[in-house]
Formats: sequence, C-alpha cells, structure tokens
Amino acid sequence: MNGIHDMGGMHGFGPVIVEENEPVFHEPWEGRVFALNNAMGAWRKWSIDTSRFAKEVMPPHEYLRASYYERWLWGLENLLVEHGFITREELDRRRDRPPKAAPLLSGALRATDVPRFLSNRRAARVDDPVPPQFKVGDQVAARKIQPLGHTRIPRYVRGRQGVIDRDHGVFIFPDTHASGLGKKPQHVYSVWFTAKELWGSAASPNDRVYVDLWDDYLDLA
Amino acid sequence: MGEHTHDHGRDHPHDAPLTDIQLRVKALESLLTDKGLVDQATLDALIDTYETKVGPRNGAMVVARAWADSSFKRRLLENATEAIAEMGFIGRQGEDMVALENTAMVHNLVVCTLCSCYPWSVLGLPPVWFKSAPYRSRAVIDPRGVLREFGVELPDDVEVRVWDSTAELRYLVLPERPPGTEGLSLEELAALVTRNAMIGTAKVKAPGAKR
Repeated sequence: MNGIHDMGGMHGFGPVIVEENEPVFHEPWEGRVFALNNAMGAWRKWSIDTSRFAKEVMPPHEYLRASYYERWLWGLENLLVEHGFITREELDRRRDRPPKAAPLLSGALRATDVPRFLSNRRAARVDDPVPPQFKVGDQVAARKIQPLGHTRIPRYVRGRQGVIDRDHGVFIFPDTHASGLGKKPQHVYSVWFTAKELWGSAASPNDRVYVDLWDDYLDLA
Repeated sequence: MGEHTHDHGRDHPHDAPLTDIQLRVKALESLLTDKGLVDQATLDALIDTYETKVGPRNGAMVVARAWADSSFKRRLLENATEAIAEMGFIGRQGEDMVALENTAMVHNLVVCTLCSCYPWSVLGLPPVWFKSAPYRSRAVIDPRGVLREFGVELPDDVEVRVWDSTAELRYLVLPERPPGTEGLSLEELAALVTRNAMIGTAKVKAPGAKR
C-alpha cells in the first residue's frame, strides 16, 4: 500500500537526531513489547511479512506520532485479536494487576528454548528451483504498480530504470505471503539506480541507490 | 496547572500512576500470561539476549578479523552469511548477510526506508535514529547531507552507494582500516570499530584521533 511507512525521499522530517550512548531499551515496557512480539511470533500463526503489514496499516497520523515500539504494540494487539488469541473486549479491559500463575501451554516458547529460537535460520530464503527472470547486468525497469496490500517495492523506484547488480537467490514473495496467498517463491536481486534517475538532474552524478527487488517487481527495460 | 499541584515525576516512581502505554503493555502481558501463551522467564530471556549478549561488539569482531586476515575478508565479501557464521554470529535478522567494503573511492550507507530492518546478529537492535523518519526519508535522497550531519564529509568524486534493505538481506559495512593500526591485536582493532561505522554513518578513527 502507498502508506506513510514508505518514507524514502520524503521531505520535512528535519535533521537526524543521534543520542549518545543510547540504551537498548529506553523504558522497561519497550523491552516487554519486543519480547512479547518474539514470544507470540514463536506460535507461528503469522509471518514476518504479515507482522510488517500489521504496522503499516496504522493510520498515518498515528504512525507518525507513535514511537517504534508503540507501533510494534499496536500491530501485535491487532494480530492477537485477528488470530483469536485474545478478544477486543479483553484488550479494552486494561487493568494493572499481576498475572495469575498459569501453566505455560505446550506450544509456547520456553526460556530454555530462547537461544535455539533466536539462532534458528528462518526460511525467507527457500530451495524451490525457480529460474531467474533476469541476469546480472540486465537493464530493468521497476514496475509502476500500486499494490493495495503489503509490498516491498518502495514508491521512489517505481517506473525507474536500474541495473541488476547481483542475484541473491530465491525468496518468499512478501506481497502474497503477507496476506496468506502463498509463498510464490522467486529471485531477489540487488538493483542499482543512479541518484539522477531517481531524483533528477540535480542529484550527485556519482551516487547510486541499491534496492532489493523481486522478479515480480521488474521488467526488462 | 489547576488541580494537578504536584508532579508525579520520576523522583517518585513507586507512587506514579502508570502511563497509558505502560498500562497497555502490562495488561497485555498479564492477559497472555494468564492464558499460558507466554511466561515471564521467556520474556526476560529474550530481553537479556539483546541487552547483554547480542550487540555491535559482534560486528566489530567481524570487521577486525577481516582487517587482519585477508582470506577471511575475501570469504566475508563473497559470502558474508557463511563467514560470519564461522565466528558463531548466527540468528534472527542475520539469516542472509551481505558485507559491503568501504574504500577510498566508494562509501556504502545502509538504510531501511520501509521499516527498520537491521542486522541484529552482528549489530544488536537498531538505535532510535536509524528507525526515525528523518533517517529513513533522507538517506536515499540526500545521503551526503545525512553523512555531513554525522560528521562525514565526502569528496564529490567518492561514489556513495546507499543500500535500502527492502528484502531479507541484511547489510554490514566493512569500514576502511585506519592508518597507524598495524601492530594492534584483534581485540584492540575491534575496540576502534563503532556501530555507526558498520552502518556507514561514520568512518573508523585512528587510535588517539579526536572524535
């Protein structure tokens, strides 16, 4: 979707503010949100693509006001309701109370399994023998498309011409995978675009932007 | 200030009411714990991993080794995933790695304009600025301006390559080795390598150089 998350090339956000010696989490709740996302992700009811899309559909004015982990919380709450882990009513009945001592269900992530869970090589890359549509050095054009669902083709490259720099192999296609329409495995390439092609003649002649793009985002130029 | 005469500030943390976000998170955690879907020990272990175990020291060790060992450097540039796995740094958001070599003529800079993809296995969790709208919006359209704000001024003839992490590849910049580091040990070399240098928003300074 042409959402607020697709920020590449926008103006008006001001300078990059750097905090010296920044902590990993600024408040304990940020760490809890991070951990809850991981622990609930371990139930494998949704993919990383679905989880990204869940944050992208946040209304733009809320997205811009929210911090990174507020967006994670918003996305997680919605995924939990959608997948029947909790109800909206339970969520709205927010109370500050300690949890009851409930036994952990058998599918839940256990503390002792955390190292193995985090070191698993999860399968965005797949072994399907899909032939590449392009080869290194090909001149390509990023498609001028406006998908309504999740997509990983940023607006700033759509309709622009670039060159295949390298073929990364076969990966799950996020556009279909995010909405449960299958993995549609295909090649992902690094495609470079000159800064002038993307931003016009005033851009630096020596600069390039490399973007990872799937077969379905590209045509031969 | 009206009826609100005293500040429930940070100096009275035990009396302070929970903020809305704190309450939401606490309530959600209790709800999921009640149902046996998560437990405290698991959440603590996940947090502890990224607060104390996985961070930019991992990436710095990779860079130091690449500087000191040319065959490792070659393997790193050819297949970063395998080379980094040799050092034991595997896992979440590092499943498919690419290393980008900075040279006198090419400067690489990494961004994720669409969310905040970041190579957790070698750099830990991303800093706020990397996830912020200013960085995500400007790194692709004004990389030299962004670099200038970080104190990196590049001559016009240096090629800037910005890498937008739109897929599941994660990028690690291999910064240039500074002069005057010939006799240093791997640990001493790694101590020079900053997180920002491995994102591409800094260069590695020679030992003793001013920040």
